[in-house]
Amino acid sequence: MMAYLVRRLATLPLLLLGISAVSFGLLNLAPGDPAEMVLRQRNPGQLPSAAEVEALRRELGLDASLPAQYARWVSGTLAGDLGQSYGTEQPVAAQLARRTVPTALLTAGALALALLVAVPAGILSAQRRGSLLDIAARLVALVGAAVPSYALAYGLIILFAVKLSWLPAVGYGSPAQVVLPAVALSLAPMAQLMRLIRASMLETLGQDYVRTARAKGLAEQTVSFRHALRNALLPAVAATGVNLGYLLSGAVIVETIFSWPGLGQLIVEAALTRDYPVVQGFVAYIAVVVLLVNLVADLALRIADPRLRFGHQGM
Amino acid sequence: MASDAEHTRERVPVLAVGRSPRRRLLWTGLLWEPGTVLGLFLVASLLLAGLLAPWLPLDDPAMISLPDRLLPPSSEHLLGTDHLGRDSFSRIVHGARMTLVAAAATLALSMTIALAVGILSGYNGGWTDTALMGVVDLLLAFPSLILALAVAGALGPGLFNVLLAAGAVWWVGHARIIRGITLGARQTEYVIAARAVGAGNMRIIFRHIAPNILGPIVVIASLDVGWIILGIAGLNFLGLGAQPPTPEWGAMLNDARQHLQTAPRLLLLPGAAIFLAVLGFNLLGDGLRDLLDPRTRRPGN
Repeated sequence: MMAYLVRRLATLPLLLLGISAVSFGLLNLAPGDPAEMVLRQRNPGQLPSAAEVEALRRELGLDASLPAQYARWVSGTLAGDLGQSYGTEQPVAAQLARRTVPTALLTAGALALALLVAVPAGILSAQRRGSLLDIAARLVALVGAAVPSYALAYGLIILFAVKLSWLPAVGYGSPAQVVLPAVALSLAPMAQLMRLIRASMLETLGQDYVRTARAKGLAEQTVSFRHALRNALLPAVAATGVNLGYLLSGAVIVETIFSWPGLGQLIVEAALTRDYPVVQGFVAYIAVVVLLVNLVADLALRIADPRLRFGHQGM
Repeated sequence: MASDAEHTRERVPVLAVGRSPRRRLLWTGLLWEPGTVLGLFLVASLLLAGLLAPWLPLDDPAMISLPDRLLPPSSEHLLGTDHLGRDSFSRIVHGARMTLVAAAATLALSMTIALAVGILSGYNGGWTDTALMGVVDLLLAFPSLILALAVAGALGPGLFNVLLAAGAVWWVGHARIIRGITLGARQTEYVIAARAVGAGNMRIIFRHIAPNILGPIVVIASLDVGWIILGIAGLNFLGLGAQPPTPEWGAMLNDARQHLQTAPRLLLLPGAAIFLAVLGFNLLGDGLRDLLDPRTRRPGN
């Protein structure tokens, strides 16, 4: 276990370096001169003069060579300085920090909702395979995987905010305002988790040790919850990283629709206005978060499943 | 991503069948599952609408007619008109064409990269493998929609740039699967035999290894189309891709946002179109996987 942890931690710096290179490289895909674009945005309708562009290039440090720019970005990042937004001229790191809380709230709410529905539904639908409940759960999983979050979001707004006026459509601050965005965001991971849990529960229920438990005369619920569930949940834990990716990708769209002041809204604005320091900082930040969450999930999996610790790829 | 753990693995007796019984199995199998049939129907409708859109007796999807704005559905305008008086039905049908082109282009680009990286990595092994799979591991830390968003943002708005961005990020997971298959095939006796009789690398890859990859690729691709359609429509919805007046479903949704209260239909129609297209490909993909992958069998059959 320790050896595994050390090995994983040893590759972290390399991965972080790679993440920084990818995030930084994104900027240089851009056609045209960022300095000129910034000036065009600051003074709409005016063509910036060559001298102005040159001055801003120097100010933003864009006149240095690429490796020099990269080195400066990395050393700044290590010191917690991700540069300044072209648009708002605020420090990127502070913006990311401020926007993290709303996104964390929204994704946590959506994940809780997804788990709350998917775990019992997945278990029950595996226990009563072919029942009406099973068919309903599979239908929800099928539909949930195909509904675009943006269409669902507008459907929810039209029904619950416009027609019924039960819930506020947009905004951030009160608990009622989190309901619609969290529901819109939870459907896709809910569908995916439900399929996963149902399938792994079905597989586990067919195992020998479960048959043994039944043969001992244990109640079916004891067999399911004490013996099968623990193993059946392992694939769901293993899929944590993938689900985090879903949630964050979904948050980008859902936050834009519901005017939710989180990271997703920030990145969309930044991408549309080509605010590169913000895009770079955001992409690097998200990748680091996903990396760390994956690491924790892998460790949790190894603690829960001794087979992995001894090198058997049992799953 | 849809994993093959979704279905229970039950041991299916390996049938020693020749070509024709297997083909019959394929077709009866396809027609057996109601879900697959629905998927086939939805995908076929999408293909027909997309291919025939310019020749169907439809209004010009870009023709603005302000006196006709926001008309409810009628015999003249089957699904009504939008805020600029354009025929919604015509725009939805033409949107199918955009969706197909976008999905095909993204799929082609991402599969080409995935095949090149996966085969190179699995066949060469050694340092090539370590380096390429290191890149894959690294890129897997970036959620694909977010990376595509950043790339599309850097390239500037436009449908072509969105396709480029989506194709450039979508291959990562597939490359690893293809590498695994290549690695397995490289160690089989028939490849060793082929090498022993002096077959070149290219011949081994195309004649002996490629056929192993084909089946999984068809399954991956068919399960992928739904995701690609959702992702690209999402980027278009955010305003990074197709710009008005292009009849693209995601862009149409974005365009209709300010009419949420007065004409919710304008939002629900493209939303439903995206849903049906994705559902169709997902159902078809599930069906194909069950048929082509003998290890998985639908629970309940």
